[in-house]
Amino acid sequence: MRHILAVLVENNPGVLTRVAGLFSRRGYNIDSLTVGRTENSNISRMTIVVSGDDLVLEQVTKQLHKLIDVIKINDITSEQYVDRELVLIKVGADPTVRGEIMQIVDIFRARIVDIGRKTLIIECTGDEDKISAVIESLIPFGIKELVRTGKVAMLRGQKFTSINDNKEDDN
Amino acid sequence: MKMTAAGALIECLKEQGVEVVFGYPGGNILPVYDALCQSSDIKHILVRHEQGAVHAADGYARVTGRVGVCIATSGPGATNLVTGIATAYMDSIPLVVITGQVPTTMVGTDAFQEVDITGITIPITKHNYLVRDAAKLPLIIKRAFHIASTGRPGPVLIDLPKNVLQQEITYTQPTDLKLLGYKPTYRGHKSQVTTACNLIKHARRPVIYSGGGVIASNGSEVLTELAERISAPVVSTLMGLGGIPGCHPLSLGMLGLHGARYANMAVMECDVLVALGVRFDDRVAVDFSSFAPKAKIIHVDIDPAEIGKNVKIDVPIVGDVRMVMETMLGQLAAQKEEQWLAHIEELKKKYPLKYEQGTGLKPQSIIETIRELTSGEAIIVTDVGQHQMWAAQYYKAKKPRTFVSSGGLGTMGYGLPAAVGAKVGVPDRPVILITGDGSFQMNMQEFGTAVEQGLPIKVIIMNNHSLGMVRQLQEFYCDRRYMATIFTKNPDFVKFADVYDALGLRVTEAEELRDTLERALNSDGPVIIDCVIDQEENVYPMVLAGRPLSQSIDG
Repeated sequence: MRHILAVLVENNPGVLTRVAGLFSRRGYNIDSLTVGRTENSNISRMTIVVSGDDLVLEQVTKQLHKLIDVIKINDITSEQYVDRELVLIKVGADPTVRGEIMQIVDIFRARIVDIGRKTLIIECTGDEDKISAVIESLIPFGIKELVRTGKVAMLRGQKFTSINDNKEDDN
Repeated sequence: MKMTAAGALIECLKEQGVEVVFGYPGGNILPVYDALCQSSDIKHILVRHEQGAVHAADGYARVTGRVGVCIATSGPGATNLVTGIATAYMDSIPLVVITGQVPTTMVGTDAFQEVDITGITIPITKHNYLVRDAAKLPLIIKRAFHIASTGRPGPVLIDLPKNVLQQEITYTQPTDLKLLGYKPTYRGHKSQVTTACNLIKHARRPVIYSGGGVIASNGSEVLTELAERISAPVVSTLMGLGGIPGCHPLSLGMLGLHGARYANMAVMECDVLVALGVRFDDRVAVDFSSFAPKAKIIHVDIDPAEIGKNVKIDVPIVGDVRMVMETMLGQLAAQKEEQWLAHIEELKKKYPLKYEQGTGLKPQSIIETIRELTSGEAIIVTDVGQHQMWAAQYYKAKKPRTFVSSGGLGTMGYGLPAAVGAKVGVPDRPVILITGDGSFQMNMQEFGTAVEQGLPIKVIIMNNHSLGMVRQLQEFYCDRRYMATIFTKNPDFVKFADVYDALGLRVTEAEELRDTLERALNSDGPVIIDCVIDQEENVYPMVLAGRPLSQSIDG
């Protein structure tokens, strides 16, 4: 089963190496890992998608907690959450097919962010299924290049992944 | 106060109560040595190889319970520490390891004696730092000592570029550690402890499985009280020896691969296993699926990641082992399990630890004689191999922090430098190193350190002219094809002692043993005693690969 971990870490040099190294060293599989700063510049947030049974997940979480730079880990898989990926796709686009591509872009609420003589770059955000569907529908036109981020995810509503404890907000 | 970062480092070490450091100088660590030179409060022990420095700091930490400190230069100096750092990490020993580094302007350029030691040591340190900002040095040192010595202890490395060490800073002691992600749990969860106590109350065949966590948490006395209160025999890991006095009626000694048969059987038959500061290592459990099959298992450990890692646990308790035991004692009334204890006595009689008597010089009898002559009051340091197992089986350590051995990593060559560190840490107690001819030759250069420092360590070499433990494995698993395990040329260890102006003695006959050991123990300086033993001597009992603990074999 795939789990989504929201991990807050101290924004120290080498923190990514520590986390990534831990996964490879102990033989855990990372499906994706994204990292960026939070509103507090001393703290970064990672979204890690990892596959494994409950026993593996328990060990992953416990071992991650042992890293001094790791502040908080939240397995949000079983909660209500929003997750997004972003993809940039450079697709072959002769003038004859541009209209068709633009229709697809509209349907997925994606955007065209660059027009070349024979190519378009399409930007799309969404959950994993949507991104896969966009890619699928653009394959017939010839995908020249593709780059996609890993997942970023956040709990819905009143729950937080923050350095303070997870408390329901009464306001 | 204005001073160089190197000077501030010395101030920080003093602030932490450091009295002695083990080290080896070099180019990039030069500013630290210059600062050490100007301070009379910290004694520096010059070793002969950086590996010696880190093992010595480790031995010092194990016998004193304090943080061991070692220093080496960049590049090869730093990489020579790696085995020692890993040794300390596996056995949860608090160390602060200080390395020099090339100047920050040269970091990443493959400069002379540059190596990415923080990168190399990520998997074998509890944490490490590369200090780029001299002003942060006092905070980092304070954090390092805090991290090394609290929670589950372990080594912390601090890498110090030369130009950072030379910078002038305003030295003030930081007050706040600001460690957001590090808060060890000490108090066990109340209701979990109660659940555990209820299990214990209903146990008719309880066993305590005690490990290094009991020693690390200074919980030995509480352990003994707990064992007596609930009538539980105590089996111990290699790291846990001395947790309960080895001659205590409830002590069953070491369990596991080479554990006493009665210890292993107690585990296989118990109905409640109280695991205290242990990690269900493969040398202990041997076969995870058949370990303690009839028991509900309570596991107390300060490291949550150890709970449920190898064996399924019924009652997990995260916390400091001593504190949790104290809470338990508050809830447990005395219970007498006479039937169970009588059965244990029967097992002890039926399946004793035994060896063939009266056939020449026996390694087991060497250990027993040492135990007798020192009344178990000495500090025993071992290397790794057959001699280590004989020492673990027959020495019956009386007190915590008196049996020093590389458990998790099994580092041959650990013993001599660790004995140096142990003697520096506890100068008023006899320190006896039990080693083999293989292990001793891995770090025998450190005998020079012992002699130079006037440390009267007694080195007992169980000399079988072979790598005995590996030879034993080849005997069992490779049909006696003894590949690369027999030494056809060993140095004369008596002469080796002599070239250092130390006393060298040799024992070849059982009759000479007692007198020679007495002479060595009564002499003032370091002594090497070369004990020539039978090459074919094996460590028994032994659990063969893939078998359950109950099926260990005697010779």
